[in-house]
Amino acid sequence: MPWSEAFLESQQTHTTTQVVGRELSYTQALNEALSLAMALDPNVFVLGQGVDDPSTMFGVTKGLAEQFGSPRVFETPLSEEGLTGICTGAAMHGLRPVYCHNRPDFLLLAFNQIVNHASKIHYMDNGQNRVPMVIWSAIGRGWGSGAQHSQAIQGLLMSVPGLKIVMPSTPYDAKGLMLSAIADNNPVLIFEHRWLMKQQGVVPEGIYNVPIGKGIYRERGTDLSIIGTSHALALAQQALASLKEQGISADVVDLRTLKPLDHEIILESVKKTGRALIVDTGWAMGGVCAEIGCVIAENCPQILKAPIKRVGLPDLPTPAGHTLEQLYYPSEESMARAILELLNPIGME
Amino acid sequence: MVINFPYQGSDFEDCGDFVARYEASFLTQMFHSMLRIRRIEEAIESQYHQDQMKTPIHLVIGQEAASVGACSALKKSDILYCGHRTNGAYLAKGGDLKGMLSEFFCRKNGCVGSRGGSMHLLDKSVGMAGSSAIVAGAVPIATGAALSAQLRGDDYVSTVFLGDAATEEGVVWESLNFAALKKLPIVYFCENNFFSVCTPLEERQPLDTPIYKKAAAFGLHSVQVDGSNVLKVYEAVTSAVARARRGDGPSFIEVPVYRWRGHGGAGDDSASGYRDPAEVADWQKHCPVEGYAGFLQREGLLDSQQRAAMEQQISTEIAEAFQHAEQSENPTEEDLYSHVYCN
Ligand SMILES: Cc1ncc(C[n+]2csc(CCOP(=O)(O)OP(=O)(O)O)c2C)c(N)n1
Repeated sequence: MPWSEAFLESQQTHTTTQVVGRELSYTQALNEALSLAMALDPNVFVLGQGVDDPSTMFGVTKGLAEQFGSPRVFETPLSEEGLTGICTGAAMHGLRPVYCHNRPDFLLLAFNQIVNHASKIHYMDNGQNRVPMVIWSAIGRGWGSGAQHSQAIQGLLMSVPGLKIVMPSTPYDAKGLMLSAIADNNPVLIFEHRWLMKQQGVVPEGIYNVPIGKGIYRERGTDLSIIGTSHALALAQQALASLKEQGISADVVDLRTLKPLDHEIILESVKKTGRALIVDTGWAMGGVCAEIGCVIAENCPQILKAPIKRVGLPDLPTPAGHTLEQLYYPSEESMARAILELLNPIGME
Repeated sequence: MVINFPYQGSDFEDCGDFVARYEASFLTQMFHSMLRIRRIEEAIESQYHQDQMKTPIHLVIGQEAASVGACSALKKSDILYCGHRTNGAYLAKGGDLKGMLSEFFCRKNGCVGSRGGSMHLLDKSVGMAGSSAIVAGAVPIATGAALSAQLRGDDYVSTVFLGDAATEEGVVWESLNFAALKKLPIVYFCENNFFSVCTPLEERQPLDTPIYKKAAAFGLHSVQVDGSNVLKVYEAVTSAVARARRGDGPSFIEVPVYRWRGHGGAGDDSASGYRDPAEVADWQKHCPVEGYAGFLQREGLLDSQQRAAMEQQISTEIAEAFQHAEQSENPTEEDLYSHVYCN
């Protein structure tokens, strides 16, 4: 059965609160998503540097080559631009590629195909061609990853029309969003974070989908809205937990998808709390935080009890060395400080 | 007088045996196809100054044999991609003339609804699959189409037209490497017209390593044939397509050709100094259209009456297509917002 029909038949939406399933690791959840999608639709194929080597892309592609054969799961030459274009062409002619990269940094070599081609072909062709492809990569951090192996480039891509950008943060979402991304008829970029991949979580068996373009409340509270995705949101949640004793509570909005951006949940929450802390794993400047901040500022400035605050990366390349790295990244402490500053803005006490 | 890049073919002197091997109607059909493209290009050129076609144009006058020879070797179900110089590929593959001109006139009923313009012509109904205005951008995409044919067991062969300058882009070599690795059913068809806009080949590539030899070094079956000779182009592409269909992998075909007009726009711009007008005049002595017409006449396959009938039929078709485009509707604001995402 072709993917789209089979997928629709089995489509159901779970909420994280009532999940029934087994404990799986984050990478097992992703692995299961790929395996299910490949079993369901012979047009799905998986490629990338390391998908069929001993590392199997952190375990994400483990066993797939044995299960589905090498024509459908294959190592690539180191030709990121070329292979992205090849995936684009393959997608235009009936296949559903899932192109995996260890790091988003390598996607920078493929911007010509992502930004000039894959994202626009459907529009430029007046709807006559479609490009259902998934580009998956995992943001790195630490142990000297440095300026060229730790970049979170979602902000660079967020303004490109035609793309979808997904940033999961739980095993449940990782599987459900991967399945949704493969079923989507557009180019979808999935950015995982290496530091989330150690998590365990309850994951339902079989196919389910997490809708692309819809955020979710991880916590409900009254004092502020913490909005973001992925590891940045996890860190903010830790910081929030450390402030619980002080009686601080917050809406924690996991956007799960940055593009299309779920304006509704952002504005709903901020209109309630009047305060917004926006967090992202990428650079604060001109990036995801800036865009979300602007959405809030444009839509409900009169509601804000304090200036919007964003926590992203400083306007610097990532340093490689350990000490500098500690200073570069936001920490639980700096996130907690940001929350407190938002609640007691300087000059507004 | 400086002729940097002389014609090096043999005109049609060694082509007598083609007549025995092919149906007369097929040989004259290829002529009709070339003549039609020439006349369409001339018509576009002659009206371009009226500024009703608000789109860049990259004419293929002088390169018709390449377009027609290559596409005549393809089935309708075989697919073709090309770059910014789309007109020859699109028309030779069978693309709808009305859809093309409507696109040039920025109409709603243009072949891509006025979203793409002249550098983005496609007509999927005849296998004209797409084009990119980013030099070499369509090369990996065509390669992916070939991967799809292989993985899905489809019978089509993928083809892509690229220029000499496109081979200076790394992605071409990434694509060739992958196609050779996987033995993909694809033909890379390189029209070497010696210029990248106004920059001659010798300022961009070492001339002692011809392009097709570089492709051969990547493991592709690779040949060079006279791009002004429709018969030689046809045979080279036919054998490359047969290899691809047999599962013997990709081929690369380099065809030296010459564009008579400027890189873009109407008219010849050689007076601006980047090439000697004498070089243009020299190539015009080896006109792919008239050279082939002479050959067919000598072989008794085309007489002046037949030629006149073709001219008449073509000019009527062109007049109708222009009228259709001129009278078609413009897109509306609603059209601007559709198809950003595919459902
Ligand atoms: C990546 C890229 N760089 C530069 C350009 C500008 N440009 C358009 S056509 C062209 C020349 C291309 O020459 P060639 O590939 O030989 O094709 P031709 O125009 O001769 O048919 C250039 C440089 C472009 N469109 N894309």
